[in-house]
Amino acid sequence: MSDAASKTTPLYEEHQRCGAKIIPFGGWLMPVQYTSISDEHQAVRKNVGMFDISHMGQLTASGPATAAWLNRMLTNNIDKLEPGTGQYTFLLNERGGIIDDLIVYRTGPEDFLLVVNASRTEEDLAWLRKHLESGIQFQNRNAEYAGLAIQGPKVVDLFRTLFRREIELPARNQIRDYDFLGINLTIARTGYTGEDGVEVFFAASDAATVWNEILARGQSLGIRPCGLGARDTLRLEMCYPLNGNDLTPEHNPIEAGLAFFVDLNKPDFVGREVLTEIKEKGAARKLVPFKMKAKGPPPRPHYSVWRDGEQISEVTSGTLSPSLNQGIGLAYVPAAHAKIGNDLEIEIRGQKFPAVIEKKPLYKKS
Amino acid sequence: MNVPNDLFYTESHEWVRVEGENARIGITDHAQAELTDVVYVELPAVGAQVEARGQIAVVESVKAASDIYAPVKGEVLEVNEALSSNPALVNTDPFGEGWIFVLKLSSPEDVQQLKDAAAYRQAIG
Repeated sequence: MSDAASKTTPLYEEHQRCGAKIIPFGGWLMPVQYTSISDEHQAVRKNVGMFDISHMGQLTASGPATAAWLNRMLTNNIDKLEPGTGQYTFLLNERGGIIDDLIVYRTGPEDFLLVVNASRTEEDLAWLRKHLESGIQFQNRNAEYAGLAIQGPKVVDLFRTLFRREIELPARNQIRDYDFLGINLTIARTGYTGEDGVEVFFAASDAATVWNEILARGQSLGIRPCGLGARDTLRLEMCYPLNGNDLTPEHNPIEAGLAFFVDLNKPDFVGREVLTEIKEKGAARKLVPFKMKAKGPPPRPHYSVWRDGEQISEVTSGTLSPSLNQGIGLAYVPAAHAKIGNDLEIEIRGQKFPAVIEKKPLYKKS
Repeated sequence: MNVPNDLFYTESHEWVRVEGENARIGITDHAQAELTDVVYVELPAVGAQVEARGQIAVVESVKAASDIYAPVKGEVLEVNEALSSNPALVNTDPFGEGWIFVLKLSSPEDVQQLKDAAAYRQAIG
């Protein structure tokens, strides 16, 4: 696996120019931060920040049989997607375990774009190819495409500045093509931060131009390049799960609290039988957000979770919330304990620190 | 990167300022830059006896927890309580207000085993 972390996005040189600290992530060399995780986090909460998401897999599928095929592969209902709309959904194995969580966009009546986690792209491809049906053109366009997430309350102002005129961004979960300096930008009103924002897809050959134009034109709005560090603290404040931490093949969407994105009324999809049974019986464990009660060391993945003197679980995601200046995290706990307001203890280096189960999201805009 | 000439250094990026029979200890400018935003410092207990290279404190950034080691053998005399309310001092003033603890040296000559500023500068490239 010597080349495990050797892939770079078309923006790698721009990251270096911007002073990024680079780390391996999901087989890619990605910026974790440029100046500071807290500064970048606050830029997204208050102004606007830009993330390179070119490492995420961009899978395309098209042809008359595609909608029916994807409806059997994914948990959410493709029939509810008008052209130009996307939905959050899951790719499950036969045991109902999560292979990946993703957004599927219907870009045309018979055309679909699946934006998947970088670390899961190869497995997704292998699974989907194994189940592929004839008459469907299915491919990974990742090498030819770049992606940016542009997130924050000033995103609408930013696009007005970029296009130097009023432009109407797509409505939430919608996707549309725009011409920017002769470059085709596919813009979706989606994100992973809890702020207003977009995700933008375009040809890899235009990556540096688009990145630099946005940074230059957005300067007056306080735009900042943001790394994976801030992406993680932002999503965790919103209790959005991270694949590999909170979602794995050992977990299912119902215990993750994401049944909303599973349509058990669809005639058939991989994992449906298992999920129907879990839904009827009730999940044995549930993913809950928690907050530390006092100042102290931040919770981190794999720390033990205790309740009433008994170890009941371990932390799947944890950090110090830059917005709340408090330790926050997620953990699967037995369903009987999964009540808002229940006390927990998090064991950190042999010492137990008090925490409490909270309602999602952990951060709300004031 | 700031590497003051009057301090001693370890390979694990602690600095040591000799103050008579005691040593004031913190982490270097290079270390704080690598760790990024420090959000919590677990201080040692005053009176703790520690061996050279023994784990003695923990510095946590948003992303990770990192162990801090005693550069030399000694007894913890004093800890920087200001870090409890303002751990970011480790980032803003690593060689000054961001000090972590003071050791009473078991043998003052032990510090001669540590790196001088030139050797540390070379080590961090």
